[in-house]
Amino acid sequence: MKRFITNNISILGPFIGLIVFSIILGIFSDSFFTFDNLLNLLRQISVNALIAFGMTFVILTAGIDLSVGSILALGSALTAGLLTSGMDPILAIIIGLLIGFVLGAINGLVITKGKVAPFIATLATMTIYRGATLVYTDGRPITGLSDSFSFQMIGKGYVFGIPFPVILMLIAFAILYFILRKTVFGRQVYAIGGNEEAAILSGIKADRVKIWVYSITGMLSVLAGIILTSRLNSAQPTAGSSFELDAIAAVVIGGTSLMGGKGKIVGTLIGALIIGVIDNGLNLLNVSSFYQQIVKGGIILLAVLLDRRSK
Amino acid sequence: MMVTPLVEMVGVSKSFSGNQVLHNVQFEVKKGEIHALMGENGAGKSTLVKVLTGIHERDSGQIKVNGGEVHFTNPKQAEARGIVVIHQELNIIPHLTVSQNMFLGKELTYGRSGILNHRKMKALTEESLQKLGVTNISPDDIAGDLSVGKQQMIEIARALATNAELIIMDEPTAALTEREIASLFEVVTDLKRKGVAFVYISHRMEEIFQICDRITILRDGEYIGTENISDTSFEQVVKMMVGRELGERFPARKSKIGNIVFEVDNLSSKDGTFHNVSFTVKEGEILGVAGLMGAGRTEVMETIFGYRKKDSGSVKLNGKELKMRHPNDLINAGVGFITEDRKSKGLVLGSSIRENIALVNLKTVSQKGVISNKKERDLVENLIERLHVRTTGKEQEVKSLSGGNQQKVVIAKWLGINPKVLILDEPTRGVDIGAKKEIYSIINELTEHGVAIIMVSSELPEILGVSDRIMVLHEGSVTAFIDREDADQEIIMLAATGGN
Repeated sequence: MKRFITNNISILGPFIGLIVFSIILGIFSDSFFTFDNLLNLLRQISVNALIAFGMTFVILTAGIDLSVGSILALGSALTAGLLTSGMDPILAIIIGLLIGFVLGAINGLVITKGKVAPFIATLATMTIYRGATLVYTDGRPITGLSDSFSFQMIGKGYVFGIPFPVILMLIAFAILYFILRKTVFGRQVYAIGGNEEAAILSGIKADRVKIWVYSITGMLSVLAGIILTSRLNSAQPTAGSSFELDAIAAVVIGGTSLMGGKGKIVGTLIGALIIGVIDNGLNLLNVSSFYQQIVKGGIILLAVLLDRRSK
Repeated sequence: MMVTPLVEMVGVSKSFSGNQVLHNVQFEVKKGEIHALMGENGAGKSTLVKVLTGIHERDSGQIKVNGGEVHFTNPKQAEARGIVVIHQELNIIPHLTVSQNMFLGKELTYGRSGILNHRKMKALTEESLQKLGVTNISPDDIAGDLSVGKQQMIEIARALATNAELIIMDEPTAALTEREIASLFEVVTDLKRKGVAFVYISHRMEEIFQICDRITILRDGEYIGTENISDTSFEQVVKMMVGRELGERFPARKSKIGNIVFEVDNLSSKDGTFHNVSFTVKEGEILGVAGLMGAGRTEVMETIFGYRKKDSGSVKLNGKELKMRHPNDLINAGVGFITEDRKSKGLVLGSSIRENIALVNLKTVSQKGVISNKKERDLVENLIERLHVRTTGKEQEVKSLSGGNQQKVVIAKWLGINPKVLILDEPTRGVDIGAKKEIYSIINELTEHGVAIIMVSSELPEILGVSDRIMVLHEGSVTAFIDREDADQEIIMLAATGGN
């Protein structure tokens, strides 16, 4: 038990925070702790959580990815384009995910082979990918997408009463948790963030690992985008704007260090839940969305300040 | 008549969260003496200095400066009473000029205008450097472009500018070349004649016997004794430090030297730091690599290991040419590399001992990319035990280990790959004397199993005590190969400075 606590000390704070926020909202709002609302909440966070899972890998390598929102938009738009051209939805989705992978790989290549700081590299690609989306869509939403069951299922479906996006999120979580905890690749991600030079001198191909990390993040962003597209039944050229901030916030609230090398994906899930609980709860309480932003920012600050304290 | 000592510490104790670090320690420095403070890592030397200069508050005991009791609560107050510390990691801001560094935090201005009086600061910088007899530094030089030795001179000049009576130097020669050490010692002995006192903290016994007047020894936070250097011996000091006879400083070798396993042929670097380096190492042999700072020793090793780009040349293991695109190529072939700077290149400091040791052995402890907890635990625990790493457990962060134990973790991780060739770059830097001997024993044991060793070191006694053969580099070229029987310090120094 004691060992369990010391091993998980970094996510203890966020976890307690999540419980406290939930209880407070439960007291003020009768509808918060209803089964439907909680499922709804999980569905609401699934898009941000998927992106934040990828962002966790990126931040663990001491990087950052600002382009996730733009990749989401470009990947969704291209997938939507394929769908309207009558392509088989499953195939279109797979191609869409591959596009996300490639867009992420471009980030990784610029960062590793071009030796550009991740912040600058992804700031640039964020703008480029967004521009490409606007060019492709001509600035208009793409509508009239597939009526096929499989495409509609992704954003709107339920399995055993659980929203399909939530299932996707949990599957992604399980896989990524396993990768970080149990695989050589996961260990390499931590080592690169902890001390890249020592990692390289220990035989780790840091460039390759980083390119993979950005690629996975790109793919997860497009997955999140396809969920959104399916829900709205249209691809919006402005989709995903400022999503990078929510994703980074979830990672940071979850206790992952922006310096790299330290953090847990469980923390990110909790971080995304905290953001979701606040959004959801404040909506239930009819708090204006303007105030919501102030509260959210305050909580990010609080999380980081508490984290500093404990060190 | 008794002369009042400059600094007198009596019965000083200090503990951190229940852990007693100093226990009833006494320490005295007289005006104009050079006083060595020695002890193994963790003996309490740095804590004693921190208590003296007010970084830590003492729990009990008395500290007097020039006869008056003091209670410093920060280093500024100590500085005002003439006590200055020059840390191992120099307090120099690399992008600023020499004179900007000199006056950092106490810049001179025109009256109270807040406008900097550059001319006056430069003149005063020039003047204080001249007082030290240093003429090859200009106040306008960018500090980061200067050698470590020159940067240290800036720190000394800065200390003197505050009228320091006592300068405490922590491992001042660790990063200096032989020539820089000589000029540092000149400056120090000159200042001593002018009445400045020094506390000299170092692991380098030769230097202490060369320059110091008295020596105080701490062990496990306790005061062991103070001796006049002229009345004591090398062996006695070591015994006081470790509390037992350590025996031979360099354990006896009994490996059999076999065939050539490792060949470096005409290796040249891309950036021109070295050219046409060729050498061979045999099974069970230790090749010592000597040379001055900047001779290119580390660069040669990092290039061999695939960490830097080569221009031409090749590396062969057992007659087979190795690819050198990435350290991974060399590791797979069975070459290990213990880097010079363990903190920046050898360890992931924030990670556990387990994770650090596993890092080069991920392939061994995993199957199809999935790590086996059991295999990892077995490997790590086995290596921790084999190297006698003193730790609370394999989950301890390496950051919190002493220098010697950190180095053992670095060695442990490389032993995991069962290397055929092991390159060690300054394997005992910043390591205390007990751990040093353990490291030599490990190296010996490896040679007995036929491992070929390449050992770079700046400490000539170590090179002479450990190597079978010595290669000397000078400005990026090999200037000599010397067999152990024929080698002495002078022959090596001659080759290292470019003579024949």
